[in-house]
Amino acid sequence: MWPIFHKLGSPPWLYAIAGSILRWLLPITLLALVTGAVWGLLFTQPERIQGNSYRIIYIHVPAAVVALAGYYVMALAGAVSLIWRMKMADVAMKAAAPVGAAFTFIALFTGAIWGKPTWGTWWVWDARITSMLILFFLYLGVVALYEAFDNKEAASKACAVLSLVGMVNIPIIYKSVDWWYALHQGATIKFTGESSIDSSMMYPLLLMIGAFYALFTCCLLLNMRVEILQRESRTQWVKKLATKAGRP
Amino acid sequence: MPSSPTGAPLLAARSLCLERGGRQLFRNLSFDILAGQLWQIEGSNGAGKTSLMRILCGLSRYGYEGSVERHVPFLYLGHQSAVKALLTPRENLAFHVSGEGQYGNEQIESALAEVGLYGYEDVASHTLSAGQHRRVNLARLLLSDTSLWLLDEPFTAIDTAGVDALQALLASHVAAGGAVVMTSHQALEVACDVHVLNLGAGATV
Amino acid sequence: MTAPAAGQFCLRLLRRQLLLAVRRPVEIGNPLLFFAMVVALFPLGLGPAPGTLAGFASGVLWITALLSNLLTSDAVFRSDFEDGSLEQLLLAPQPLFLSVLAYIGAHWLTTGLLLALVSPVFALMLNLSTAALGALVASLLIGTALLSLIGGIGASLTVGLKRGGMLISLLILPLYMPVLIFGSAAVQAAVSGLPAGPYLAILGAMLCLAIALAPLAMAAGLRISIDA
Repeated sequence: MWPIFHKLGSPPWLYAIAGSILRWLLPITLLALVTGAVWGLLFTQPERIQGNSYRIIYIHVPAAVVALAGYYVMALAGAVSLIWRMKMADVAMKAAAPVGAAFTFIALFTGAIWGKPTWGTWWVWDARITSMLILFFLYLGVVALYEAFDNKEAASKACAVLSLVGMVNIPIIYKSVDWWYALHQGATIKFTGESSIDSSMMYPLLLMIGAFYALFTCCLLLNMRVEILQRESRTQWVKKLATKAGRP
Repeated sequence: MPSSPTGAPLLAARSLCLERGGRQLFRNLSFDILAGQLWQIEGSNGAGKTSLMRILCGLSRYGYEGSVERHVPFLYLGHQSAVKALLTPRENLAFHVSGEGQYGNEQIESALAEVGLYGYEDVASHTLSAGQHRRVNLARLLLSDTSLWLLDEPFTAIDTAGVDALQALLASHVAAGGAVVMTSHQALEVACDVHVLNLGAGATV
Repeated sequence: MTAPAAGQFCLRLLRRQLLLAVRRPVEIGNPLLFFAMVVALFPLGLGPAPGTLAGFASGVLWITALLSNLLTSDAVFRSDFEDGSLEQLLLAPQPLFLSVLAYIGAHWLTTGLLLALVSPVFALMLNLSTAALGALVASLLIGTALLSLIGGIGASLTVGLKRGGMLISLLILPLYMPVLIFGSAAVQAAVSGLPAGPYLAILGAMLCLAIALAPLAMAAGLRISIDA
């Protein structure tokens, strides 16, 4: 347990291990994404009410699920960095914020595209969309706070505190937005049943959710590798790496 | 009459290393501050004097290697005077945020008189000069009974008479079994031994 | 001379902060003036029809209170950071998370409490039903305390930054949203003749949680900001 913990704190080791994980995870991710997308988009039945437009759930739902999970990944990395002062947890947290924000944006964007044919409008202040929007703001807050600091170490710690505060608040925000929506729900927008998803639609969706988790991990690791190189740019091992890669 | 330093260290630095912007400011800096010692940290601008002081008092908590053990309560005076312009010198000392004990009115008056602010006790601090702000801050040294003082550039903006008085105060504090760690560019003229720590020469002690 | 106990020290800090606020009364008045002016913007933007205004009144009053609280939270620790008092506070032997509660308490007493007390005047100007005035004051009393605590977290994280003003809003506005939801829902319930109690109870529960957790985040934030 402890040797691993120490190794995780070592930038060259983490850089190398992230590289070797990516070597097999990246192809698997691409394969799963393509399989899931083709299966979901071409080989499932059109939905009874919405027809073909529902197929966007194969992008929308996985992105939304992973966007939320990403915040917890970021906050937990922040907690590790605050409690054990592990610099590489800083790196993970810093790397997770833009990736999570991107996934949240995908969820919001596909939601808007889906909303147009379904509800006849690009944007509806629905409980889940609103929660997603707030999550997007929370992510951007972390990114903005990080960029505002000159001292990047302090930036990481401040972002760790902020993401932990956000983590405590996310359930509260979700519940309160649900409540708010229940209070104000008008009769104009009716939701299509959410529990009645056919299993033939369900399996590709599950595959896509898995693929999106893998995609998130890939993006996170790639981003972490970049961040490690930037932070360690003055050290010997990075210089050696650069000369080895640049000129044979 | 320098008293001989004895006993356990009040503050101990263990192999401190600090790097800023790719430059090694100091490396493997280890020292013990004992009761009865006066330490002066020297070094050119950017040598890391203030950084070292902030590490010693605990305001800097990361970005350096090594450890600092603080065994007694201490009093730290930084670059800024921590004097609120809206409060009078008396209120500044009575409501001080550093968590010291509650000082009585007479105590505060005599301390302010001693730093040359007799008659200024109840005027708003924003009418005082920068040097007078520093003096209000120095009155804390007289009021406090902490044995370890960490002073970052205590002579800034103080006139020559004030500098002499402060040096005498430092010497008497050290003679009474206290300890002082301070940064300063100027040579000290005090009646006790001064342990000089020069950060310029890639300091290792 | 021994250092005072934590509670005693908190009271000293509270007195100090209140004294500082009283020495510059304009800064106590400014948020109230802001509140009044923004409330005056809504009839200009939405039209003066009493019915329309009454429909929006609960939301308008709550959003305005939230904004005026937001604008003052940046200043909670700023002057102490600039003159070096914050360093001294961090080095005090008393636990920092209790000391920051004193700062937040003083902030609430000089902004939120006063806002809540004057809010009925503006509520009447916006034609809010008089039956809802009690709920408005009560929800603002609890809610602004909550806003002050959350704002303190943002202030502690941005106090070391030169241009913190805009950033602090980006950080804490998402966290303000649940407070806004339940605060305006309490007023809305009272307008419709429903009990506002449950919403106030939820606000109270959130306040308890915030009193327990926000000081920890503030203390951590201040230590980071001082170190930056």
